[in-house]
Amino acid sequence: MSPTVLSILLPFLFAIFIPILHSRVKRIHVGWFVLMIPMILLIYYSRFVPEVASGKTFLATLQWIPTFHLNWVTYIDGLSLLFGLLITGMGALVILYSIYYLNQDEALHRFYVYLMIFMGAMLGVVFTDHLLILYVFWELTSIASFLLIAFWYERKQARYGALKSMLITVFGGLSMLIGFLLLFHLSGSFSIRENIELLAGFKNEGLFYASLVLILLGAFTKSAQFPFHIWLPDAMEAPTPVSAYLHSATMVKAGIYLVARFTAIFAGIGLWFWLVAGVGIVTMLWGSYTAIRQRDLKALLAYSTISQLGLIMCLLGIGSLADYDNGSGTTIVFTGAVFAALFHLINHATFKGTLFMVVGILDLELGTRDVNRLGGLARLMPITFTVAVLGSFSMAGLPPFNGFLSKEMFFEAVLMVQHLDFFSIESLGYIFPLLAWIGSVLTFVYCMIIVFQTFFGAYRPELLDREAREAPIGMLLSPMILGIIIVTVFFIPNVIGKYILSPAMYSIFPNIETEALQFDITIWHGFTTEVWMTIFVIVLGIILYATRRYWKGVYRVFPGSWTMDNIYKGILAFIENNADSINHFYMRGNGRDYIAYIYLFFIACVGGTIWYTGAFSINAWSTTPIAPYEWILTAVMIVAAATLALSHNRLLSIILNGVLGFSIALFFILFNAPDLALTQLVIETITTALFLLAFTHLPKLTKERNSPIGRWLKVIISVSVGSIFVIVALIVNGSLSTEKISLFFEDSELLMGGHNIVNAILGDFRAFDTMLEVVVLMIAGIGVYTLVKSKIKKEGTHENK
Amino acid sequence: MKINDVILQAITKLVVFMIITFAVFLFLMGVDNPGGGFVGGLVLAAAFVLLVLAFDIETIEKGVPLDFKKIAALGAFLVVGTGTAALFFDMDFLEMTLIEFDVPILGTIHFETVLLFEAGVALAVVGVVMTIILSIGKDVDQWKH
Amino acid sequence: METLMIILSGVLVTVGTYLMLSKNILRLILGSSVLSHAVHLLLMTLGGLKTGDAPITGKGSTVFTDALPQALILTAIVIGFAVNAFFLVLLYRTYDETGQTELDKLKGL
Repeated sequence: MSPTVLSILLPFLFAIFIPILHSRVKRIHVGWFVLMIPMILLIYYSRFVPEVASGKTFLATLQWIPTFHLNWVTYIDGLSLLFGLLITGMGALVILYSIYYLNQDEALHRFYVYLMIFMGAMLGVVFTDHLLILYVFWELTSIASFLLIAFWYERKQARYGALKSMLITVFGGLSMLIGFLLLFHLSGSFSIRENIELLAGFKNEGLFYASLVLILLGAFTKSAQFPFHIWLPDAMEAPTPVSAYLHSATMVKAGIYLVARFTAIFAGIGLWFWLVAGVGIVTMLWGSYTAIRQRDLKALLAYSTISQLGLIMCLLGIGSLADYDNGSGTTIVFTGAVFAALFHLINHATFKGTLFMVVGILDLELGTRDVNRLGGLARLMPITFTVAVLGSFSMAGLPPFNGFLSKEMFFEAVLMVQHLDFFSIESLGYIFPLLAWIGSVLTFVYCMIIVFQTFFGAYRPELLDREAREAPIGMLLSPMILGIIIVTVFFIPNVIGKYILSPAMYSIFPNIETEALQFDITIWHGFTTEVWMTIFVIVLGIILYATRRYWKGVYRVFPGSWTMDNIYKGILAFIENNADSINHFYMRGNGRDYIAYIYLFFIACVGGTIWYTGAFSINAWSTTPIAPYEWILTAVMIVAAATLALSHNRLLSIILNGVLGFSIALFFILFNAPDLALTQLVIETITTALFLLAFTHLPKLTKERNSPIGRWLKVIISVSVGSIFVIVALIVNGSLSTEKISLFFEDSELLMGGHNIVNAILGDFRAFDTMLEVVVLMIAGIGVYTLVKSKIKKEGTHENK
Repeated sequence: MKINDVILQAITKLVVFMIITFAVFLFLMGVDNPGGGFVGGLVLAAAFVLLVLAFDIETIEKGVPLDFKKIAALGAFLVVGTGTAALFFDMDFLEMTLIEFDVPILGTIHFETVLLFEAGVALAVVGVVMTIILSIGKDVDQWKH
Repeated sequence: METLMIILSGVLVTVGTYLMLSKNILRLILGSSVLSHAVHLLLMTLGGLKTGDAPITGKGSTVFTDALPQALILTAIVIGFAVNAFFLVLLYRTYDETGQTELDKLKGL
């Protein structure tokens, strides 16, 4: 097993030990042990950086089901390494933060197990080359997210948010799976790498477009793009470390990863550009617009995350034009958009992580996240204030923070769009810079809300649950580290550009030579349009923030009932009601009806098929002679069966059932099946003993009071089932043409040294069946044992006592 | 279940051991003759059932101090375990083999791993059947008293 | 012979179905037991009857009856027993707890 595969499995393997550590080691917070895992992985992945930067990729294969070419191929290239470092790096900081955020008395073992499952699944998503395995990990991240959102499951809101996120992301995941299967149908390969070349010839197929849309659906739901963004604000019920990790830094970026990964396959298609860039820019605008109206700081950050994800998505969409325009001068600008997207992805993780941790600190120290209750905290919590300023100003796009750089590159990219003359962009191209600019102004406004409304103004302790004071140093450590990164990246952006971003560009654009994919990030390049846009963002933003009291009425234009949330609720209610009424139509709680349904369905399907296909051809006259005692045995069985059907006596019925069993054992002897006969004899003995043991506790066989119609219906159904059974059996018996498989088993002596073929089949050839059978036996045994042991505690007496 | 049936009890005492011997015989003969894990296990279980029918359950539990649930679990473990063990010897899951090893004095010993597998099956069968019979039997007894 | 056996298993299926459609739960269990008998018999029959000796090599014979259905049925018999036992206990516990013997009356309990 290669170390890369092991590195993905490591979090899963470690998760097993977390509950043990939690219950055994009481004095040390489990988080300290868990922290080791992302640290180890971070160091492990960092070692790939120099080689990947020089254009190398690493491939490792774990054979899983080689017969179906289903092997787990892990693939380390620039793009996956970028995400791998992000996942482990943010993971380490978040776990460090969570050690101080979550007390020892919380259910830490659950928390860290879920977190490790998530980390492993997320690493699996980015490092896997096989589409189906990618899908499995993809859904596993959804499940981990579900469990983490519902971590405080006693809260109704947490359960609601968890379910909502699960439904939406799994819906997207399933669409994505269908998309993958369509791609496989076209190319015949599940490997993403191979598909880049294999699918080049299918760009005109309808199915190709269908898979494009379906895969984007997966990416959009996961990355909370409009109109699927509604799950993210509700996901904020999770503990803050989870929000910082899953719902801003990593899981929601899985969609970004997917789009980036598939850019190599879908780039240069108009639909892809319009969907990715269009949805992205709308999401950006809508997210920043909605963020301002939020009073809960965490909800504000959620909408801000949605908006920022939209920004990144939009950049990826614009970047996909590079492939279309291959060769002309503009290519570099478009690839520059992807470069900006990746850069912003890292920057967003740093500043949003900082802000989430700050909000977590406020929540824990003051007991509230409501902006209207907070204020004047700058003096009381200076360090928290400082990191909050770093994070917000970076998000607003101000220098000297990393957000400024990527925001400038974003403006540069959207400005380029209007100069294009294909995909009917010429008439609509101006929309992009305009919307981007408006979105940025709104972003600026909510960033100011975070800083000024929380940390300046009047300090009103009477509105807070607790007296404000600075958080413990351990809690501040992670946001401080991120804050330092925010500033450092501004001054040395090209280190990241060269070692992390450019290699990722190589994997997104495999067809473009590597020189065209290396960029220099410059802090200042004269008074260009981008700079003027930023200056106007700041000016208008400050004006809007100052006058926000006067224009907040805008938010009443869109009343609450218009939101996507209500559509979601409506759809859910619609499905539930209809499913309920359909169910009640035939599931009326009468067990006998269900059995009758099964039989009627059998009669209709099998009988109908025979009648429809005209398969009715019987070769009834077999040549095997019938001995007189076989006639007798048959007669005995028929009489016993008929009596059993009509018997009203428990003991008689049980004995008759035994008679049937023993007669069959005799038939087995006659048919040269000694093993069967032995088994049947003993089983029948034990069954009868079992029935007799429980005899006194079995209900009496009362005479059934059926209506005449009911009785005839019973007879008709059972006779039809019996006749169809006979007909099918006769047809099959008359047309047995294949050679019997047992001829192969008859050489069993050579294969395993036994003479008894039946036992050779059971113990060796089909040992899997036998193993599962033993498992079924065990389940039945456990079932019986628990049934007997579990007595329902009930008031009053039993009727049969 | 108190039955004062001296004749049945006397015969049972004799016959049970014959049945148990027969069960072991069937189990070991399974490779070349009718028999094997299932049948062996079932016959063994039948012997115990006979005991339960002839004596009452408390007596049996004292006389045969075995926890049949654990026996069933051991059987299932053997079955799955022999399959898994094959993986460590670079074979496919559940692949059976013939092991030959030299023992001083006794000479070469042939051991088929399928025998372990079958033993697992037999133990699981005995365990489950007896768990079922005993739990029902005990419950019925409780109702009687 | 095959035809006779098929008809016999057909009769068993009819009886089994009839019992399965009863109100009384004990009949239900007996019905499922009879149905499994029918299926075993059918499997045996479709594998060919008396086409050779018992499938044990090294005893001088070279033609054997089909061993595969036998292995299948052997598995089925043991599983059938487990299922029946579980059914029986389910019935017996239901009866203990509710005192009801009929399926229809268990509704909503």
